[in-house]
Amino acid sequence: MAFASPHITAYAVEATEYPDLARRYRVNGVPKTVVNEEIEIMGALPEADFVEQSLAKFPQLGIEN
Amino acid sequence: MALISASDQNKLREAFADMTRRVRLVFFTQTLDCDTCVQTRQILDELPLLSDKITIDEVNLILEGEKAAAFGVDRVPAVAITFQQASPDDAWTDSRIRFLGTPAGYEFISLVQGVLLAGGRPSQLSDASRNRLAAVNRPVTMQVFTTPT
Repeated sequence: MAFASPHITAYAVEATEYPDLARRYRVNGVPKTVVNEEIEIMGALPEADFVEQSLAKFPQLGIEN
Repeated sequence: MALISASDQNKLREAFADMTRRVRLVFFTQTLDCDTCVQTRQILDELPLLSDKITIDEVNLILEGEKAAAFGVDRVPAVAITFQQASPDDAWTDSRIRFLGTPAGYEFISLVQGVLLAGGRPSQLSDASRNRLAAVNRPVTMQVFTTPT
């Protein structure tokens, strides 16, 4: 997804090495995805659902704060 | 001793042979207080042996903090994937794909996928997903938490 948009940065975080981040984002299972610190996606989803949920709180043509 | 089995090395060598772009793995490390930095470097060191298109650039977080900050990295070990568009004279492009922590186990597979993508393999996303993502016009940070097993 980072490759598909110049505005997206993707971090793969090894949860056991960074327990502080895992605690901060309440990671109780993996994979867990956190988008802009507010959207949380548990588990692996089909691609279309994952993309849609990642951008769920944002309007169709971009992201409004 | 190689960390990757001979048969896996062959598979990786074959996959990397299709790369059309040079890929540089920027490895963020520090000398003290990093239990897993040496292991991460050992894992990364396996890759340039399998493709002359892959290189590693080491950045010391303490000594080169500005360089790390430019990648948004404030922890070690971490890896950022960069690539060259075409010729060796081109500037390096940041793929905006990062790994925080040791890329071992399943994360190693993710690292290889990232290298292949940066190396020119076509995206495996659907057209619909790529169109949706292309419309994003503000910064989005995605953190995917994983474990090695």
